[in-house]
Amino acid sequence: MVTLQEVTEARVARVAVRRTKKRAPASWWQPVVVLALLVGVWWLVAAYYDKSKGLAFLVPYPHLVLQALVHDTTQPTFNQELWQALGRSTAVALTGLAIAIVIGVAWAVVMSQAKWLERSLYPYAVVLQCVPILALVPLIGALFGYGFPSRVIVTVMIALFPMVSNTLFGLQSTDKGQRELFQLQGAGRGTRLAKLQLPAALPSIFVGLRTSAGLSVIGAIVGDQFFQRGNPGLGVLIQVTASRLMGPELYATIIVASLLGVAVFLVFGLLGRLAVGRWYDFS
Amino acid sequence: MSVVGPSGCGKSTLLRIASGLETASDGVAQVDASRIGYVFQDATLLPWRSVQDNVELLAELNGQPKEARRAKAGRAIELVGLTGFEKHLPKQLSGGMRMRTSLARSLTLDPELFLFDEPFGALDEITRERLNDELLRLFVEQRFAGLFITHSVSEAVYLSTKVVVMSGRPGTVVRTFDVPFPMPRDPDIRFTPEFAELVGEVSRALREGHR
Repeated sequence: MVTLQEVTEARVARVAVRRTKKRAPASWWQPVVVLALLVGVWWLVAAYYDKSKGLAFLVPYPHLVLQALVHDTTQPTFNQELWQALGRSTAVALTGLAIAIVIGVAWAVVMSQAKWLERSLYPYAVVLQCVPILALVPLIGALFGYGFPSRVIVTVMIALFPMVSNTLFGLQSTDKGQRELFQLQGAGRGTRLAKLQLPAALPSIFVGLRTSAGLSVIGAIVGDQFFQRGNPGLGVLIQVTASRLMGPELYATIIVASLLGVAVFLVFGLLGRLAVGRWYDFS
Repeated sequence: MSVVGPSGCGKSTLLRIASGLETASDGVAQVDASRIGYVFQDATLLPWRSVQDNVELLAELNGQPKEARRAKAGRAIELVGLTGFEKHLPKQLSGGMRMRTSLARSLTLDPELFLFDEPFGALDEITRERLNDELLRLFVEQRFAGLFITHSVSEAVYLSTKVVVMSGRPGTVVRTFDVPFPMPRDPDIRFTPEFAELVGEVSRALREGHR
């Protein structure tokens, strides 16, 4: 029978689990203070560029940037273009990310099946990581055109590596006892993969996913800047506003692009916690 | 039956050969049991599965239907005294309770032969003694053959009808002791002079084999 002492031990263990889950008291106001300070410094620098240098477009006032974010200013269609560009870049980033997830997990699963497969295939994942993607971009454009497919390809290439390496690490994180437990019951490769390795790999897969998601936004914007044909995304908008000296609009676009990156990072972090947070502590 | 011996003498290898995880490099291993339960040094629970699902795992791997394995797991959980904890995750349990879950998981196989690889080595003394008592109770109720590997001489004597002492490399059997105390055993038997004397004898044999 379970004795009182053991029940108490379990309760202590559970409380400990709950405690580690709770972070230090919510500190939302600390970053807000930093933001206020940054905006203040920004305003001072903007005033300097405006008053003594006469180059107001280089560092526009914060409130002008805010205006450009919220509604059309001197540029009649800018605001509409901004949100359309955000939609297109998000579509490129998410499509690229989805493909990177599928390829990355499949690649890692294949490698986890045998040491020789890992030895033969892993170097190429590293090579992919080392190839300067920017050097390949003109070639990709020539081969696949300058529209959506090329942008997605660039995104996949940038976002793929963390998926491969984290998934592989996760699949190999099972301990010997667990593997032997399956072996003793005569479980095959498929069963072991489905019931042991993949569930055990989920926490690292989500860590990789979060990193890849952030990279996919970078990929979408980089791809956009190089393939200037087709419907413009945030990257195109950044180049256009920069070349036309549209200060507030340029800053507004940069901010939207950054927020997209942050949003994607947070959403996939949250997804990970929802999926495996019940039994795994991310920290 | 228990096996005691210094580290590295091949105790665990013996179990691994008996279970089929390893094959003997020489000689013949005769294992006359089709259903073998193996209890590892760690609880080796799957952290994403609840107690109930962990206990069901082996039956699930053997392709048994859901109803049957649920009922079987329920009985096993009851046997180890974890009723009420079915929905808990391993991380919410104490070390002793994890080991009970591991024990329950093996019980679902209705093993004729139980192999224990130092299962209680990582637990504190009190929990260990309590689990020893329960293992004996299970043994009396279920009647299986058990091969128990341990570092603790008193655990070996308390649990077994036979204690085998092995020596260090190359691992050989030094001596075999018969434990005369009848089953079921009273936990207080551990405090009797006869028990202490036998433990002493086994310890001496162990030390001599070590030289």
